[in-house]
Formats: sequence, structure tokens, C-alpha cells
Amino acid sequence: MVNPHWLVRNKGLLILLPSLLLTAIFVYGFIGTSFFFSLTNWRTLAVDLSLREPLWQTYTDMLAMPRFQADLRNTLVFTVLFIGLAIGIGLGLAILLDRQIAGRGFFRSAFLFPYALSFIVTGVVWRWIFNPETGINLFFDILGINQVLEAAGMDPLSPGWTTDPEVVLSVNQVLAHVWPSGMTFQIEWGIPIALIPVAIAATWQLSGFVMAMYLGGLGSISRQVRDAARIDGAGEFRMYRSVIIPMLTPITISTAIILLHVSLKIFDLVFAMSGVGPGFATDVPAIFVFEMMFKAARYNLGATASVVMLVASCLVIVPYLMHTFRSRET
Amino acid sequence: MRIYRFLPILLLAACQGTDDQTDTDKQVEIFTWWTSGSEAAALETVLDAYRATYPEVDLINASVAGGGGSAARPILQTRLLGGNPPDSWQTHHGSELMEYYVTPDYVASLKDLYDAEGWYELFSPSLVDMISRDGEPYLVVLNLHRSNTLWYNKPLLAEHGIVIEDSLSLDELLGIAESLQLANIPAMCMGDTGIWATGIMFENTLVGTIGPERYLGLWDGTTSFTDADVMQAIENYGRLLDHQNKDHAALSWDQAAKKLGDGDCAFYSMGDWVYGELIQNGLEENVDFGWVAHPGSDGTFLLVTDGFTLAKNAPNPTETLDMLRIMGDRVVQEDFNLLKGSICARTDCDRSRFGPYLQWSMDKYAEGVAVPTVIHGSAAPPGFQQALNDALTNFVVRRDHQAFAESLAREAHAAGFGQ
Repeated sequence: MVNPHWLVRNKGLLILLPSLLLTAIFVYGFIGTSFFFSLTNWRTLAVDLSLREPLWQTYTDMLAMPRFQADLRNTLVFTVLFIGLAIGIGLGLAILLDRQIAGRGFFRSAFLFPYALSFIVTGVVWRWIFNPETGINLFFDILGINQVLEAAGMDPLSPGWTTDPEVVLSVNQVLAHVWPSGMTFQIEWGIPIALIPVAIAATWQLSGFVMAMYLGGLGSISRQVRDAARIDGAGEFRMYRSVIIPMLTPITISTAIILLHVSLKIFDLVFAMSGVGPGFATDVPAIFVFEMMFKAARYNLGATASVVMLVASCLVIVPYLMHTFRSRET
Repeated sequence: MRIYRFLPILLLAACQGTDDQTDTDKQVEIFTWWTSGSEAAALETVLDAYRATYPEVDLINASVAGGGGSAARPILQTRLLGGNPPDSWQTHHGSELMEYYVTPDYVASLKDLYDAEGWYELFSPSLVDMISRDGEPYLVVLNLHRSNTLWYNKPLLAEHGIVIEDSLSLDELLGIAESLQLANIPAMCMGDTGIWATGIMFENTLVGTIGPERYLGLWDGTTSFTDADVMQAIENYGRLLDHQNKDHAALSWDQAAKKLGDGDCAFYSMGDWVYGELIQNGLEENVDFGWVAHPGSDGTFLLVTDGFTLAKNAPNPTETLDMLRIMGDRVVQEDFNLLKGSICARTDCDRSRFGPYLQWSMDKYAEGVAVPTVIHGSAAPPGFQQALNDALTNFVVRRDHQAFAESLAREAHAAGFGQ
């Protein structure tokens, strides 16, 4: 017979117990299993759970793969492009709407609508838009830009968009100087052209969300602050630069963290829009995991890549969470 | 109001109920990735033949779209690991059949069926060998595709005064490519959004350069990917890449076939699933398009097959064996292959029902050496297949011959068959 007092005293724990158990098994248990798989010899369909010798060999193998190096580069470039564009455009839209322009309600909804779509839909639509044969390249003909260029003796404008294998602004030379004894890079460290359209599509989808975040923040800045700035002689531009935007910093940080975890985990948008791209120009770690797991049946390699993805996300999320909890306590 | 909360559960229960009812009836489930155009129509002839013979059986066609099984295989993998196999599923012969299904013990031997039907006499011994382990066959093969065919646009070449004889050497092909380049026509058609399409051209060039014996040696470790003749093959492949259409990265393999038909490019090194595509686009064989073995590979038949298995612990073994018996039937194979654009796996099909290309393919199969392809999973395990695709993705852009060869050698070693 259980002591009823014990039950009453610990009812909080009892209520939480089922979800704690489920989280322990289905989140942390499986993270542990994946980590274990990443250390094994399981690289065909037949299960082989013997540990690999040396233990971290799959990790070193993977980091030496040109494809995975390209994935790391792409994640970095995509993250910078996407977060920069989304925050810039989102903030711009929020400021515009905050200035009481006509049709404010309409635009607020219109800018937020793309956020309601799933990434797979966005990916398919933008794939058509950036198709070099049938997409926006047709406008270069329709608007007469190509006719002008040809008349001037130049090549007509027909960018390959997601099919362009070129990597610009390569920093391999610089890296070789900084790190001469380091590993040889088998890829160009630069900005893959093909990744830019993907970043544009992701920005299109999420800048409305960023705008909504900033609108919330702008709404909480009182009129007095603006009036005070104006009385001190600040122009409109100066007021935003020196007063409003600094006051929005907490919003900017939260938004950047949310966008960052979207970009680290991104799969569906890229998969639908460009796949791995020419020369892995648009490949991302999540596609790598999928292909290694389900196409190549190299379970240890797929698990290794997912562990690396998890660690990368943790590097971002954990400091953020610690910061939030600490500021809540004080 | 409260009832609405339980509505989903009630609906689920209702669905469950109907499922249970059909369970008492006979049924059979087959799993394929044939969902588009000619493929689906070809599959339907087999299913119709089955329905006509066994009208009382509920036939479940669990097809999942996606070329080469790329989307279907993960789903099948999940079902097999979860102990819920379909009765029979589609697979390629060789490594894919063995690594995915025979080694992990997912399929049952079909020896009794082969004995009872006398199929050991009706399928060629080399084919039976490719689907067997320790003398037990595990697959009923429906069709044979040839992967190493070089298709060309006849009127386009005639316009430039070029006539192709029965065979074409690599130097002749490159010579023609040079002259077409002057007229601003890319010689080689390519659509490699799915990288496997350029993989076909690589494999064809590889087997055409080093010959079938050395090619087979790659898969048992007697040939290395860094040997001089393989390096030469990579060189040759690179020279063909120099002549492909500029927008290749934006096109899929079938869009490249359309380009060939439209005369926007001249040659297409691709398996004979292109044949069905060209016919479907309203072109006439030997008039609008012609074909020849990929340079150097006249005596070789790079073989792509499709066949069906019997699941171990199949829920409906009797019905599944009936289905497999129908698939091995001569008339069913003829009807199927006429629509699929391939040749029968049986050796006794009626040639006269097939057109000039397929008759050519039958002759080539009869007189040539059949070798497996990596791209369609027969020559090497899936891990190496993926590694080759990845190496090609890099090579097409970076053209680093040495790195390409070395990565293949390394992966072959890791997969357990390299030197």
C-alpha cells in the first residue's frame, strides 16, 4: 500500500513522469543509440554492431570526404546569406508597416502568408522560377535586355542559377597560408553561386516571420522614447539607427537563433529545389544523412553526420538557453 | 460536442474494420516503383494476366514513384526491418538482390518453382547464375535492358554529311564531335540532374575502353581503379563530357532524350529505356533515330534487369508463387516487354513481335558477354554505388582525374572488393 501522503507530496513528479519517460526514451535514448551506431561497423544492410577500430575512424573518414566538406561550407554560406537577408528584409518590412502606411493590415498578412506554406511547396515553386530554361530567364528576353546586350556585341544574359557549378570568392589561397600544415581541402572554400537562389527562396518564406517578430518588438517601444529622440534632434534615420534598432536587440538575437536552427537542419527546401546540386554546390548535411542512410545503407556514416549536426545545433542553442534561463532568474 | 473529439478514433476503427474483412479473402501484394507512363502500362499487362487467371484474389499494387527505386527502396527497407514485408517486390539482379535481400535473409529460394516450370532451360544459364547464391535462385526476371547503347539523331547527322555504320570507334565519335562543334551543335546529349545519367556514360566508356574481362575484374579486385587503362577510360569520359550540352545540369535524362529527338544534340549514351521515350515522342526507329553500341563495347552487354522476389514469411505464399509463375510466362513477358521497351528474360520469345532495335538487342545479348552495372546496383554494393555517384558529382565539375580514380579505389577497398 502506497502512502497517500507520498503521492500528494510528489504529485508534480507523478504528473510529469509519463512525459519524462517518453522524452528519455524517444529523445535522449535515440540520440544515444545514434551516437553508438556512429561508432560501429554497420555499413551495409546486414546489422553489424561491433565497434570500429580505431573508434573514431568514421568521423575522420567523413571529415576527409569532399562531399562532407562541401556540406559544411554550404551550411556556413547558406546560414550567413539566409539570416542576413531574412533579418534585413524582415526588419525593413516591419519598419515600413510600423510607419502607418496605407493598407497596413493587408500587407501585414500578405508578408506573413509565405510562412504558412511548407518548405517542400516553396522548394518546388522556386525550382520552376529559377529553371534556366523556363524561369525568370525568360524575362531577360521579354524585357528586351538580351536584345540590347546582343546588339552591343555581348553574350545574352542567361544565368544557370541552381545549376551553376561555380564557386566564387574562393579563400583556399588564404587558408593555405593560415594553416599550411592542415589538411588539404578537396573543395573550393567560397560562395557557391547555386546556393544563392536557395537562400533567396528561404528568405522569401521566412522574412514575413521575422517581420512579425519585429512588429511585436516595435509595438512595445513607447511613443515617449520616439518623442524624446526627436526632441533631442534625431532625424528619422538616426532615431532608428541609434534608438529603435538597439532597443530591438533581444528580438534580433531570438530571431537569429530561430533562423539558425532552421538553416542548420534544412532539408526539404533544398531537396525539392536543387537536390545536391552540381558538384555538391547545394548539398547540405541533412541530405547527406538521408542519402547515406537510405540509399547507401551506410548506417554508421549517416549516424555520424547526424551526431555532427546535433553538436552543431547544440553549440548554438545551449548558450542561448543558458543565457535565457540566467536572465530569467535575475 | 464531445463526440467530435473521438471522431478520428472512430474513423480509424472503421477503417480497421474494413481491413479485417478483406483479410479473410485471398490477396497478394506486390511492391514496385513502376508508376509512370510506359512502365505502369507494362506492369498492368502482368497484373491483368494475373487477374484473368485468378479473379478471386485481391491484388494490391503498392507502387511508389521514383526513378530506379530511389524513393521506393527506403520505404521497402523500413517495411522489411519492421517485419511487415510485401509478398513480392521489384529489384535489380546481382549485388542489389544479394546485399539488400539475400544476405539479411529477407527472400525465399525459388528453386522449386524453377524446377517445376523447367525455367533452367528457358532462361540463359548466365542470367540464372546472376540471380542465384549457392545454386538457389531468388528472382524471377521479367526483362533485360541494355545500358551501353549510343543513340543518334539520324537526320541531324545526315544534314552534316555523316553516316554511321554498324560500329563506331571513340576516335570517330570524337572526330564527328569536333566537326559538329564548328556548327555549334553539342555532340553529346546529357541531362544529369539525377547524376546516375552521366554515370551511365561513364560506365559505358569504362567498359568500352578496358573491355569486359578487365571490367569484371574491378568487382573482384583483380583490376584496380588506378590502373593505366582505367585512367585512360576516365580520360576518354572527360573528353566526351567536353562535348555535352551546356544546360546538362538543368535537365533530367528524359529531357535530354527530347533534346536528341529535337536535334539540339547528336548522340546520347544511355540505356535503352530511351528507346521507349523516343517512340513515345513520336519518333520512328531507323528513320528519326539510329543506334550503335557505345564505342568499344560491341561485344559487351551492360545488363540492367528487373525481377521480382518471394518474401521469406510472405503473408500469401501460394498467391505470390502464382504471380511469379505468371511473370515467367512467355506471352506475358512478350506483352510486358513490348510496352517496356526491353527484351524478354526468357530465351524463347517470339522475335517477330519486336521492332528492329529490340531484335538488334536480342542478337547482341545472345552473342555478347553480359556484365553487371554499378549504376543500377548489380555490380557493387549500395555503399559503393553511392560513392561512385558522389565521385561523379565532383568529377563533372572539377575534372580531377587522379582524385576521381583514387576515391574509387579507396571506396572499392572499403566496400571489400577492391585491391
